[in-house]
Amino acid sequence: MRRSLAIISANPMSLTGVILIALVVVSAALADFIAPFPAHRGAVVDFANFNQPPKWPNIMGTDLVGRDLFSRILYAYRISLILGVVVLALAVPVGIVAGLAAGYIGGRTQFVLMRTTDVFLSIPPLVLAMSIMGVLEPTLANGMMAVTAMWWPWYSRLVFNITLAEKEEGYVLAAELIGASRLHIMFREILPNCLPAIITKMTLDLGFVILIASSLSFLGLGVQPPTPDLGSMVAQGASYLPDSWWLTVFPGLAILVAVFGFNLLGDALRDILGADR
Amino acid sequence: MTSIHLALRSVSKSFRVGARSVRAVEGISVEVAEGECLAIVGESGSGKSTLANLVLGVYAPDAGSIMLDGATLPARRSLANRRMVQLVQQNPLSSLNPKRTVGASIRLSLDVHGIGKPSSRASRIGWLLEEVGLPAEFAERSPAALSGGQRQRVAIARALACESRLVVLDEPTSSLDVIVQARILRLLKDLRAARGLTYVFITHDLAVVRNVADRVMVLKEGARVEIGETARIFTCPEHAYTRGLIAASPVIAQEEQDLRDRLRQGIG
Repeated sequence: MRRSLAIISANPMSLTGVILIALVVVSAALADFIAPFPAHRGAVVDFANFNQPPKWPNIMGTDLVGRDLFSRILYAYRISLILGVVVLALAVPVGIVAGLAAGYIGGRTQFVLMRTTDVFLSIPPLVLAMSIMGVLEPTLANGMMAVTAMWWPWYSRLVFNITLAEKEEGYVLAAELIGASRLHIMFREILPNCLPAIITKMTLDLGFVILIASSLSFLGLGVQPPTPDLGSMVAQGASYLPDSWWLTVFPGLAILVAVFGFNLLGDALRDILGADR
Repeated sequence: MTSIHLALRSVSKSFRVGARSVRAVEGISVEVAEGECLAIVGESGSGKSTLANLVLGVYAPDAGSIMLDGATLPARRSLANRRMVQLVQQNPLSSLNPKRTVGASIRLSLDVHGIGKPSSRASRIGWLLEEVGLPAEFAERSPAALSGGQRQRVAIARALACESRLVVLDEPTSSLDVIVQARILRLLKDLRAARGLTYVFITHDLAVVRNVADRVMVLKEGARVEIGETARIFTCPEHAYTRGLIAASPVIAQEEQDLRDRLRQGIG
C-alpha cells in the first residue's frame, strides 16, 4: 500500500489520473447533492431560459430546452460509469473463462474458443455494436449487451496469451502431478497470475467503454432522451456550432476527462501491479 | 533383501517433431530398490528428463511398462497413483506459484489427497516446513520473500506432503550456489534416511552423483550405456562414453589430477 502511494505520488501523470477519476466518481455518486438542478436530468423544459451561454447559476450554460448542462453532465457521468462497470462485469468473466479454457486445455477447445474470439475481433467494434443496436431496441440495457458482445474477445485473447505462457511454469506441472483438478489449476493457480494484467486492462477499458457508448449514442443508437448521455449531448449540440459552443464543448470535455483519467490510472496500475512479477 | 520399489520394463517413448518421429527413450529397463538412490546421468538430450516424466506419468510410454510396488501403472494415472510418486524440480522460482503463499502450495497436496483432517492441516504444514529446516511461520510468506535455497526446501516439503515414498529429483540443486547446494543435498540425504525414501536423481552434475547416489545409470541418445554401483562407475567405467563424461566434469577431473600429483610427490 505504501509502495503504491509512493509510485502514484512520484509520477505527476499518475497523480493526475487518480485525481481526475476521483472527481468523476464523486460527481457521479453525489450528483443528487452537487447538481444545482437535479430535476433537469429528466424531461423538463424551461423555454424562458433555453440555449443560454455559461452564466450563474448555469455555469455550463443551458441546452435547447433550457435544462442546466452542468446538472445533466453529472447525471450522464453516472450512467456512463454504470454502463462501463456493467459491461466489464459481464465481458471480463466471459473472456477469462474462454481464455483460460482455451489456453490450458488446448486442442479442440482452444480451436473453437479462439476462432470464435477471432470472428468477433475481426468485425469492427462500432459496426458490430451498431448492427446489434439496429436489430434490438436502442435502450440502455441493449446498449450494454451490444458493447459487452464486442468487449469479451479482448479479454479472452489477453488471458489466453498469459495462460499459454503460465502453463509452462513449474507450478502448473507440480499441481498436475499432485493430482489437482483442471478447475483448480485454471482458476486457483493460473488466474491469480493473470489478474494484474486484467485489472490494468479493465481500468484502461472503462475509459474506452465510455467512449464507445458515447459514439453509439452520438449515432442515435445508445441511451435515448430524456436520459442524459454525453454522446447524445455532443450530437445534439453539433448542429449549433460554433455559436452555441457550450452545447458540445462541455459534454465533450467531460468525455475527455473521464477517458484520459482512466488511461492515466491504468498506466499507474500497470506500474504498481506489474512490478512484483 | 530389500524389495523392488520401481521397475521399468523395456520402456520406450518417441516424440513427433514435425513430420518425423524422434526416439527419446529406447527400451530402458531398470529396477530401483526400496530406499535406494538411483542417479540418471547424461548430456542434455540423452532422454533423462523424458525418463523422469515417464516415471511421473506426465505421459505414458509407447511400449513397455512401469511398475510401482509390483503393480503396473495405468497410462492414465489415478489420484492414488499420483500420490505414490512426487517431483522436486530444478527451478524453485518457477515451481512455486508466485501468487500463492508457501502454505497454500503445500496445502494443495493435503487437500487433493484428503490427508489429515481439514482442521489439522495448518499444523501439518508447519511440521513439514520444520522437517525441511524452515520455521513454521514461513507458511504465511510468499515465495518472493524466500531465498533460492529456502524455496527449494519448500518444494521438497510439498513433495513430502503427499507422503510418497518415491521422489523424482530433477536437477534439484543445479540452480543453487555451491554452499546452498551442499545443504540441500544434506537435507535430501537426511530425509531419505528418516523417511525411507527412494530417489530417482536426474542430474548432469557428476560431483553431486558421487555424493548421493547408490547406483548410476548413464544414458546416451535415449539408450542405457551402463549401470552400476556409484563407486564402480567412477573408478572403472566400462564404457568410453562414461569415461568421457567423467573427464568432462571439471571438478572430478581436477580432483583426479590432484590425486595423481600427490601420488607422484609421494613417490618422488
